[in-house]
Amino acid sequence: MFEKTGVATREMVITKFPPIERINKGPVAVVECYQKIPCNPCQTACPCGAIRIGEDINEIPERDESVCTGCGICVAKCPGLSIMIVDGSKSEKTVEFRIPYEFMPLPEAGEKVVGLDRAGKPVCEATVKRVMNPPSFDRTPVITLEVDRAYLYDFRNFRREA
Amino acid sequence: MREVELLIIGSGPAGLCAAISAASSGASVLILERSFKPGGQLIKQTHMFFGSESQYASYRGVDIADILIEKLGEYGERIELMLNATAVGFYEDNVVTVLKDEKEYFKIKARSVICATGAFEKSLAFPNNDLPGIYGAGAVQTLMNVYGIRPGNRVLMVGAGNIGVIVSYQLMQAGIEVAAVLDAAPRIGAYLVHASKLARMGVPILTSHTVKEAIGKDCLEAAIVCEVDERFDPIPGTEKRFDVDVLCISVGLSPLNELLAMRGVEMKYVPQLSGSVPMRSESCETCIPGIFVAGDASGIEEASSAMAEGYLAGLCAAAKLGHVPENFEQRRSEYLKQLEDLRSGPVGERIRAGMKISQL
Repeated sequence: MFEKTGVATREMVITKFPPIERINKGPVAVVECYQKIPCNPCQTACPCGAIRIGEDINEIPERDESVCTGCGICVAKCPGLSIMIVDGSKSEKTVEFRIPYEFMPLPEAGEKVVGLDRAGKPVCEATVKRVMNPPSFDRTPVITLEVDRAYLYDFRNFRREA
Repeated sequence: MREVELLIIGSGPAGLCAAISAASSGASVLILERSFKPGGQLIKQTHMFFGSESQYASYRGVDIADILIEKLGEYGERIELMLNATAVGFYEDNVVTVLKDEKEYFKIKARSVICATGAFEKSLAFPNNDLPGIYGAGAVQTLMNVYGIRPGNRVLMVGAGNIGVIVSYQLMQAGIEVAAVLDAAPRIGAYLVHASKLARMGVPILTSHTVKEAIGKDCLEAAIVCEVDERFDPIPGTEKRFDVDVLCISVGLSPLNELLAMRGVEMKYVPQLSGSVPMRSESCETCIPGIFVAGDASGIEEASSAMAEGYLAGLCAAAKLGHVPENFEQRRSEYLKQLEDLRSGPVGERIRAGMKISQL
C-alpha cells in the first residue's frame, strides 16, 4: 500500500517510534525512512553519533534512542524531510512534536492549527509552541507543536486555518 | 579557427564538476553552455539533494550550482565559460561548430571533448495534448523557480517519479493547488520520502492511472483520467474528470547525446538508462580516444551521480592530455567508489544493469 500511496501504515510508523517510556523521558528523533536509497546526511549531521547508516550509503538509518538527545539538528538536514522529534516529558496529556515545514507564511507561536495525519487528513487540533528558522537550518524551518497524546502515531503535519 | 585543449559541452552538474576536476589537474578548459546562465538543471532545484557529503547532500541544488561556479573561478584563466553558446555539430577532426547568441556561427577544434549535454523530457500522447496549459515538468519548474512565474492555479501532475513529486511539492510551496499526481505504473517511482511529503499535504497519488484526454477550447479546462490494467490498457468506466488549468507531464527523461552519435561514437539503445547511450569505458571514455561522456547524456540518473561522473571524466580526460596529478590513482578510485556507492542499493539496480550493457 505504501508504495502506491506514499502513506505509511500504522504498523510501519510504530516500528520507527521508541518505547513510550523513552518518549516520556525527553525529546527523541523518529526517523521515518522506510526505503533503501543512497543518502546519509542524517548520520553525518548527528553530533552524538545516534543515527547510523554504516558503510553502505543505501542502508536504512537506525537511531539509537539511548544516545539520541533529541537535539533536532537532523530534522532540517534530512533531504526527504522524514525526521521529526517527539517529546512526551512536558505533560501527561500532550506530546510535543518538532517537524520540518517549508511553507510560507510561517505560523506564529501560540497559533492554533489543524493537525494532519500521513494522508493529509485533519485529525486533531495542534498548538504552535515555537518556530525555529535559523540560517543553519538552511530554509527548512522547524515548528514545535503541542498535540493530544492520543494522536502520537497519527499526527505528522499541520495546516493553518484559512 | 580557435583551438582548445579540453572542450566541455554543457555546464550542468556533470560539466561543472568535469571542468573543476580537469582544471585542478592542470588542463585548460573551455565550457560551452547554451543557456544564459551556467548550472543546467541545478538552477531550478530548490530542494535538498540526496547522496553523501561528497555530492553536497542536503544542500539545495540551486546552491550547489553557486558553489561549483565559485570553484570554477579558483582556476582563473584556465577555465573559460562561454554562455549562450550551443554546440550544433561535432565532426571527425574534433571540430565542434557553435552557434553563439543565435547569430555568430564558428568552429572550435578541441584536443579532447567531454560531452555533458544532459537530457530531454519525454512526452505523452493523448487527444488535445497541445492545448496551452499543458507543460513539461521542467518548464513548470523553470517558470516557477527561475523566473518566479506561476504556471496556473490548479495542476494535475502526470508522473510520480522523483521529478513529478518534487515539482508538485514546489508548486504547493508557490501556493498553487495540486489536484492529484497520476502514474500509469502500479507503484510510485519516486523516492518514497518525497511521495510521503506530498501525501501528508493531502495530495492523492493515483497509481495505475493515466490521462485519457485533455479538454478545452482555447486553453486547458479539464483533464479526463482513467485507471489502467496491468498491461497499461485503459479500464472502461473508470474515467474521472479533474478541472485544472495546468497539466504537467513528467514521464521521464531521455539522454541527449546526438553530438556523440554525429561524431561517430558507438551508441547503443539501453532501456535501463532510458535511451540511446554511448558505449564507454569505466573512465567515461567512448570508443573514440579523447572523447568522454558524463552525466545524464550517458544515461538517466541523479545529479549526485552526474557530479561524481563529471569529476571522474574531467580527471581522466586531463590525464590523457598529459596532466596526470600525483594523486591520480587515489582520486580515480575515490570517484569510482562514490559511483559504486550511489548505485549499489535497490534503486540503483537498473543503472547497474544498464552500465554493464554499455561498458566497452
